[in-house]
Amino acid sequence: MAKLTFKTDNCKGCGLCIDACPKQVLALAKDKINKKGHHPVEAVNPENCIGCAFCATMCPDCIITVER
Amino acid sequence: MVVFEKPKALADVQMHYCPGCTHGIVHRLVAEVIDELGIEGKTIGIAPVGCSVMAYNYFNCDMIEAAHGRAPAVATGVKRSDPENHIVFTYQGDGDLASIGMAETVHSAARNENITVIFINNAIYGMTGGQMAPTSLPGQVTQTSPYGRDTDACGFPIRVCEMLSTLDGPEYLERVTVNNVKNVKNAKKAIKKAFQNQIDGKGFSLVEVVSSCPTNWGMTPQDALKWIDEKMLPYYPLGVYKDRSAEKEEK
Amino acid sequence: MSDKVLMKGNEAIAEAAIIAGCRHYFGYPITPQTEVAAYMAKRMPKIGGTFLQAESEIAAINMVYGVASTGKRVMTSSSSPGISLKGEGLSYLAGADLPSLVINVQRGGPGLGGIQPSQSDYFQATKGAAHGDFHMLVLAPSSVQEMADLTVKGFDLADKYRMTAMVLADGTMGQMMEPVSLDYEIGEPIEKPWATTGTKMERPHNIVNSLFLEPDVLEKSNFERYERYSYIEENECMYEEYMMDDAEICVTAFGIAARVSKNAINEARKKGIKVGLIRPITLWPFPKAPYKKAADKVKEIISVELSMGQMIEDVRLASECKVPVTLCNRVGGMIPTPEQVLEAIEKAAKGGNK
Repeated sequence: MAKLTFKTDNCKGCGLCIDACPKQVLALAKDKINKKGHHPVEAVNPENCIGCAFCATMCPDCIITVER
Repeated sequence: MVVFEKPKALADVQMHYCPGCTHGIVHRLVAEVIDELGIEGKTIGIAPVGCSVMAYNYFNCDMIEAAHGRAPAVATGVKRSDPENHIVFTYQGDGDLASIGMAETVHSAARNENITVIFINNAIYGMTGGQMAPTSLPGQVTQTSPYGRDTDACGFPIRVCEMLSTLDGPEYLERVTVNNVKNVKNAKKAIKKAFQNQIDGKGFSLVEVVSSCPTNWGMTPQDALKWIDEKMLPYYPLGVYKDRSAEKEEK
Repeated sequence: MSDKVLMKGNEAIAEAAIIAGCRHYFGYPITPQTEVAAYMAKRMPKIGGTFLQAESEIAAINMVYGVASTGKRVMTSSSSPGISLKGEGLSYLAGADLPSLVINVQRGGPGLGGIQPSQSDYFQATKGAAHGDFHMLVLAPSSVQEMADLTVKGFDLADKYRMTAMVLADGTMGQMMEPVSLDYEIGEPIEKPWATTGTKMERPHNIVNSLFLEPDVLEKSNFERYERYSYIEENECMYEEYMMDDAEICVTAFGIAARVSKNAINEARKKGIKVGLIRPITLWPFPKAPYKKAADKVKEIISVELSMGQMIEDVRLASECKVPVTLCNRVGGMIPTPEQVLEAIEKAAKGGNK
């Protein structure tokens, strides 16, 4: 299984990573607000992650690290 | 095993861009290329005036902030100062490169100045709040074209790659976009080639990146990426507009 | 003593710059300074330097900004309308604290004006080259020898204070031929740890920049720059006094106007009129001391200018308006004759110019 790490405080909640993910791993955390006031992204189905890094490829703020 | 992480040439700071703005993706691609080519220590970047004015804070290589539109002239000075040891890139938006700085753009291309130009075309002035750009589409509503860009009154958008491709000077011109994973990967290839060309002494290499501006286009980041496909790319087709070395090989 | 060679003022500037270690020149053709570019075009390729004819004066000054960012000696030259175009770059150079040398071989204005000599860019050079609070070091040669000397001096001062130095000449100085000695001792280049030459992965990145969005930070950078300016005003003023010891009338002029004035003063002395000359060599910093001293003993100061009266304002301030300061001028490319200046001196001796 692949592992995602987020630099949550730098997330601006744009959601481009969510759309890029082919396995519906990601969603915005509607119950959380980060330092900048955004709902940050989180892995809601981490077990589905295949480590393709599409999310990180589309992230404009470079907050995602992908390990496999 | 880490398969994706922040490139080392990209500074560990939060960038000021709006949510979903593709400037951040292009910054990262430039930094990845700098890492892969191992040139951070000899690279000097030139930031423009526009949304990416503070790009000097986002790259770990030496950086210079230029006056509006003058980045290619500044880059010319930096490159000529020590051609063997300086790798020089400019990072410019459409207002900077294609309006106020058009003379500097055209003439550095005509001289085949051995520099790398990253050109962000999002068809709008972002930093000042969404005014009409030289690349704004016909009919496009902006703060200074509130009834849509009227081509009778203010002319037509400028296709920079096509225009520069009529010159004998430039080495390499390619238009890419970053609105999906496949296109981001292609954009990176083009940016890498634009730097490699400079290392190989081939000359002026410009990559036009069709980008989004969700805030000033008045769209969600997702819709903005779709708008690139639907509206921008028909007017600004992707592709290689000049590749002199490849043309020579073919002959 | 070294041999002297006969050179045009514009060529003397170019050769002196090369001797001073300048290997990068960017310019755009404009009369009456084009010989500087032509000389550089010939010499630079032979010595491994860069001569580049830019697409505009704006591009040229920004190429200067690029080389200056890397810490190397660099120059451009132009004439009045071209200097107006360089204004933007001059402001950015000041804001980023970059050293450079700019030559202005002035011609008559405003607008396209003419191509004959003028001094009507005094305000522009000393006070208002472009937007924002800043100064340039402004050096005013009055011989071909000084065209060369002040070029070398300009590079030294620019490096020392991280500023633009401007040699403010005029069409006469540029075109005039005189014997010149180009025997200079050039020191080692000073360290420029701020330069953007690549980190070599050995230091944090350098940033050359004039953008400070936080007003308190921008204010601080202005205050610091002006502290440096104060130091320069105290330590770098240059001027020549000629027959001022017993003078009862003071003529003041720079550049070509000073040469004309000296002739007039020599004639006036033959007629028994006690008159002398103060010739500022640095126009910024403006040498206030000799005027302050003169104001206590002369009855009139005559400012001889090829402008509608620009330096005269600084002369009035420096002499604290203790004595009348009057203007003797020609403009538009015309030069005052020694007779015109002599007439003004004689009027002053008889009771004063109006």
